[in-house]
Amino acid sequence: MSAYILLEDGTRFEGEAAGARAHAIGEVVFNTAMSGYQESVTDPSYRGQIIVFTYPLVGNYGVSAKHMESAAVHARAVVMREGVDREEAPGAEGGWLTWLADCGIPAITGVDTRALVRHIRDRGAMRGGVFGGEVSEGEAMERVLAELPMDGRDLAREVTQREPVVLDPLGEGAGAGARIVAIDTGIKDSIVRNLRERGAIVELHPCHTTSEELLARNPDAVFLANGPGDPAALDHIVESVRGVVGKVPVWGICLGHQLLCRAVGLETFKLPFGHRGANHPVKDLETGRIEITSQNHGFAVLGPHGEKTIDADESMRWDTDFGAAELSQLNLYDRTVEGLNLKDVAGATVQYHPEAGPGPHDSLHLFDRFLASLAGGQPEHRSAGLDAPRR
Amino acid sequence: MPRRDDISKILVLGSGPIVIGQAAEFDYSGAQACKVLLEEGYEVVLVNSNPATIMTDPEFATATYIEPLNPASVARVIERERPDALLPTLGGGTALNIARLLTEDGTLERLGVELIGADYDAIRRAEDRDLFRDTMATAGLRVPNSVVVSSMGEAERALPEIGLPAIVRPGFTMGGEGGGIARTEVEYRERVAEGLAASPINQVLIDESVIGWGEFELELMRDFKDNVVVVCSIENVDPMGVHTGDSVTVAPQQTLSDKQYQALRDQAIAVIRAVGVETGGSNIQFAVNPETDEIVVIEMNPRVSRSSALASKATGFPIAKIAARLAVGYALEEIDNDITRVTPASFEPTIDYVVVKWPRFAFEKFPGADGSLSTYMQSVGEAMAIGRTFKQAFVKAMRSRELDVEPPTGRDTQALLESLETPSHERYELLFEAVRRGASESELCKRTLIDPWFMAEMAALARGEDPEAGLERCFKAVDTCAAEFEAATPYYYSGWERQASHEVRRGDKPSVVILGSGPNRIGQGIEFDYCCVHAAMTVRESGRDAVMINCNPETVSTDYDTSDRLYFEPLTLSDVLGVIEMEKPEGVIVQFGGQTPLKLAQGLVDAGVPLLGTPVEAIHRAEDRPSFGTLLEEVGLRSPPYATASSAEEALRVAGGVGYPLLVRPSYVLGGRAMEICYSKEALAGYFERTRPSGEIFLDRFLENAIEIDVDALCDGETVQIGAIMQHVEEAGIHSGDSACVIPTMSLGPEMLSQVRQATAAIAQGLGVIGLINIQFAVYGDDELYVIEANPRASRTVPFVSKAVGVPLAKVACRVMLGERLTDMDLSRLSGSPGHVAVKEAVLPFGRFPRADALLGPEMKSTGEVMGVAPDYPAAFGKAQEAAGAGLPSGGTVFISVTDGDKASATQLAASLHDLGFAVLATGGTAQAIRRMGVPVERMAKLSEGSPNVVERIEAGGVDLVINTPTGSGARADGWEIRRAATARGIPCITTMSGASAAQRAIRAIRGGQPEPIPLQELHAPSAATLISPQTA
Ligand SMILES: Nc1ncnc2c1ncn2[C@@H]1O[C@H](COP(=O)(O)OP(=O)(O)O)[C@@H](O)[C@H]1O
Ligand SMILES: Nc1ncnc2c1ncn2[C@@H]1O[C@H](COP(=O)(O)OP(=O)(O)O)[C@@H](O)[C@H]1O
Ligand SMILES: [Mg+2]
Ligand SMILES: [Mg+2]
Repeated sequence: MSAYILLEDGTRFEGEAAGARAHAIGEVVFNTAMSGYQESVTDPSYRGQIIVFTYPLVGNYGVSAKHMESAAVHARAVVMREGVDREEAPGAEGGWLTWLADCGIPAITGVDTRALVRHIRDRGAMRGGVFGGEVSEGEAMERVLAELPMDGRDLAREVTQREPVVLDPLGEGAGAGARIVAIDTGIKDSIVRNLRERGAIVELHPCHTTSEELLARNPDAVFLANGPGDPAALDHIVESVRGVVGKVPVWGICLGHQLLCRAVGLETFKLPFGHRGANHPVKDLETGRIEITSQNHGFAVLGPHGEKTIDADESMRWDTDFGAAELSQLNLYDRTVEGLNLKDVAGATVQYHPEAGPGPHDSLHLFDRFLASLAGGQPEHRSAGLDAPRR
Repeated sequence: MPRRDDISKILVLGSGPIVIGQAAEFDYSGAQACKVLLEEGYEVVLVNSNPATIMTDPEFATATYIEPLNPASVARVIERERPDALLPTLGGGTALNIARLLTEDGTLERLGVELIGADYDAIRRAEDRDLFRDTMATAGLRVPNSVVVSSMGEAERALPEIGLPAIVRPGFTMGGEGGGIARTEVEYRERVAEGLAASPINQVLIDESVIGWGEFELELMRDFKDNVVVVCSIENVDPMGVHTGDSVTVAPQQTLSDKQYQALRDQAIAVIRAVGVETGGSNIQFAVNPETDEIVVIEMNPRVSRSSALASKATGFPIAKIAARLAVGYALEEIDNDITRVTPASFEPTIDYVVVKWPRFAFEKFPGADGSLSTYMQSVGEAMAIGRTFKQAFVKAMRSRELDVEPPTGRDTQALLESLETPSHERYELLFEAVRRGASESELCKRTLIDPWFMAEMAALARGEDPEAGLERCFKAVDTCAAEFEAATPYYYSGWERQASHEVRRGDKPSVVILGSGPNRIGQGIEFDYCCVHAAMTVRESGRDAVMINCNPETVSTDYDTSDRLYFEPLTLSDVLGVIEMEKPEGVIVQFGGQTPLKLAQGLVDAGVPLLGTPVEAIHRAEDRPSFGTLLEEVGLRSPPYATASSAEEALRVAGGVGYPLLVRPSYVLGGRAMEICYSKEALAGYFERTRPSGEIFLDRFLENAIEIDVDALCDGETVQIGAIMQHVEEAGIHSGDSACVIPTMSLGPEMLSQVRQATAAIAQGLGVIGLINIQFAVYGDDELYVIEANPRASRTVPFVSKAVGVPLAKVACRVMLGERLTDMDLSRLSGSPGHVAVKEAVLPFGRFPRADALLGPEMKSTGEVMGVAPDYPAAFGKAQEAAGAGLPSGGTVFISVTDGDKASATQLAASLHDLGFAVLATGGTAQAIRRMGVPVERMAKLSEGSPNVVERIEAGGVDLVINTPTGSGARADGWEIRRAATARGIPCITTMSGASAAQRAIRAIRGGQPEPIPLQELHAPSAATLISPQTA
């Protein structure tokens, strides 16, 4: 059955319908990873988005429970050059396309994804929709334009926990006994697992939880999670974050990084088409090491002088409402901010995904550094947040 | 830390002749490295014995030594050049082993040469199977259960522990040489014995078998800051048990989940750190059990490899280039990504297409070799294809192979299914046939152990799914980043989509399309790629855009730096026309890629595509015997009497008219495929029995004991300029590609030479050649000149000649094809006689095909060539032998067994070898003849005469040189065993008297001491040409 994808600028690509027989509208973004399709579509950060996979063959190893990053599929739809159902693949519990259908997610295959991606790369991420061939283009366009643009959208509310949950450790390690209180803006299971496997107790709280409520849990640290949408639209969360900074160590990943930055008074902006993939080189400015990172974000933090990109490879400082913040990580692809440390209060962030899932494991050690820094007492230690890996 | 300033002169080692397991990919990596080092302002000293390489072009190094690649000879170059550093990671296992030996014998330290790009301990930890195992254990990584043995006794004791089947893997060999699978105790002993013999350190690893597990390779780069990136993952469609070089492979990996893949990635990084490769590329191979997720490390190559060349072409990430930069001090982040030009090299390429590599085999040339695949490499080349999907890439790769043998699919279904359980070179054709006959995918997976995903994809194709049907061809770019950034580098492939959206950025300059030579194969190898690269350089110099079409990942021509636009496409008419439609070129060059593009010439012309150079009519006229015959008559030349027949019956009828002995072959073949000498009607009938040739058959009178001459000449339609006249060492009857040849000629008088010149001119002008022509002549008796064939194209010998005479013939030819006239160029060097002698020697793969006869004949069997240069002929010949790996002994025992025709000259030979202090062994007749000359000789029994016999003596290592001439149909059976034994032990085995007397003179020269190595740059310095030629040597 024929289907097509229509972008808000009128660009149209043909394909065949797959997955659920439905249409879907969202921000059309592309992901350049070559594996990990199931992890991606179940990552809550993709809420409200249609994922175009640049790797042409999707579904080769089927789907299985162990690849879930959350309980549900959050991507609105999936665009592929070729998709397959391979429930008989070794280790598979189901077929990819069938599973998408069961989850009610429409997909489209046979699309010249490279041409589509080049278009988005040149024009920027934009709204679009996946429609069955029978839907008229006019009607399709109306629906696309009816969708709110991504800037200014609060999607955290859609993906957050309704009720707090407390999760026990899954192992021993740097985090033994630590109580990590997380604001759940759509946290990935890999993050939770990495904390718990290192011995930490992890609490997930709804995103509207206030700073008082958070502090009342007397956390060893507050964790700010990844999540969908525009950080600039999440002032209610930023408020609670302001309330905890300086009182307990705070660590943020992805959206969490952006929220902490806004909480201390820094600005965020929308990237033209974002970073989504598993091959971005990020330089740790303290150690000089380069790590290949997993990325999934459409917004980024502005530099100390309001610049979008940082030219020099040396760390620099922001003056924040909470003292100095030091640039700790830099993206070597487009030289955007990838992480910073608060120098005068205990806090640190990274824009990318050290938990991988999917992607390389180069940065898993950040979890050890973070948890170890909690164990390590003195404020200056703490403030260093994530100090150099001992290799 | 940027560029190192504490070193200024760097020695780079090539990989020597093209052999199975070590092919043109090292010219690609070596050439890239040399370019980079020169750009960085270093002096580059290069040693490589292979003249057919781009890297040995004088402009690629400060000093280029075409010298044997062994420690002694490299040490001589070091003495002369005193480099500061040695970069050994770009010349394959050969270079790495030489570096290891020169470290062990103290040469490098003594002469103050620093190893860069690899350190000694890392090399040993990776190449020494025992150390490697321990290193992995310490790093907490699993390897297959295994024992390392260095004697048969230890192996016997290990057997119970390992069990059968067992995998025998010699240390420090490449391409799995000397290894294999042992399924029975007998095989076990055979393999271990072979393995111990093959390993330079008498060490074999005996592994528990993981046959059937998935085989994966990762290509890594590491810099001195310990940053590591994975450039590419490669999955073998053929599971463990088939050498990766013989496997159909796919990039990126297809069947692993992200979690499984990341586990491999973590382990690969652990391996490179544990082995301690400080800077550069490494290839790491894994076996993965898809059911249990178990991973075992199979091996790591601490250097640029075949797979890394493939990975570079598959991703656009130039591994060798970057490895060279890392070796001289740069960090990955300090190097730009060539392709995007805006991002650093410290990243991991991500690709949005599928790459399939398919090996190219040549079993048809080695009757006796059974065609089954194992853990040692047997393929002679490979083709790579890029497609939007696996299916698109797979069918593209299939057609890129240009097979000239159809696999037998006739057998009954049961036999067919069973045959699939032993992988063979035609396994996929058989698999497809099985699918067509209704075999289920699950059954086929069980029998072949191929992953179900691949099986499903291939089965769909076998059932007739056409992944191109209903779609439009479009050209997409290879960009290392899945379109996340704009690609600056014009490296394209064709994909099929609903609606064509092209990415080709074709400026408004006129372009010239150069057709490459496709996968390497015996008869059409790297020499042709060399010519194509020269054509590209010349077209660019002429101010036009050079456009390259080729599908061979091992080559320099498919380096995106070589041309203005590279199209990685099969060389079939429709694929080529696809590119031409896109390019609208000023013209197409079909003259440099060997027979492959020549076959397309007519089709291109019919499609209205302008050809540059020699017109298609001339090509036909040269290939069509009758019309070529008429041309020869017109200009008063003769060719051997011949007849053509359209069937075996007819052939047998007309044979008498031609006269025996005769040479029979099917028409339109390169490398003398299926060509044979028949001394009688019976022999001829036997030939038809065996080969069943289809189509036209040629019968030529075979000129016995004729001297063969090869000529490469240039012609612009009017003027003819001889490039060189080469005299073959072996007589006519040994394929020109397999016989040694020498420049200048050694035994031709001035009047014969001028006859040859006139004949060459007459033929070139008669055909109307514009560009290059290669003519083979035979001098029969004292003064009868016969024309054997004329090829109106670049020949296999063009690189050798270019290096011998110091004029790049292919470039000159290309200028002519672009409209220049020979008379307007300065080619004086071609008329002046060189002050040195150059000998080309062929390198033969018999060692790889133990069951095939190590005998030379009119069908070409060599995979590569080497060159020896020296002030005189014997020294040059000796060097060539040494470079070919069959170094002549300076003393010891020689065994001689020749046919009656050769007995007279054999006795002379025996006498002089005796004078040189050799002990002489010979079989009956030969021994008598020798004794009559009063030369002491020990008579040896032939194999057929019972034990003790010569074969046993050879196998026991009691012979240092074998001279055995089997002419005609006689004396083969015994000779076969003798030659097999010699080849197996790597003893030089000379099968022609002419070769033997050359060897004898060379031995004399060797004992006189090695001549000083001289770089090409000095050899061809203006002054050098004026030296008097040692014609008389
Ligand atoms: N333990 C094993 N079980 C089954 N196959 C093996 C085993 N070890 C190696 N092989 C096969 O042998 C091939 C060659 O082995 P390898 O050590 O890679 O030799 P080389 O050094 O020539 O690459 C591998 O590609 C693999 O297919
Ligand atoms: N009539 C002949 N007499 C003796 N040797 C011949 C004759 N014809 C061909 N040969 C030998 O066979 C080899 C291959 O023949 P050729 O016509 O050159 O085939 P190819 O096209 O493969 O080069 C030649 O190099 C030569 O040694
Ligand atoms: Mg290998
Ligand atoms: Mg020939």
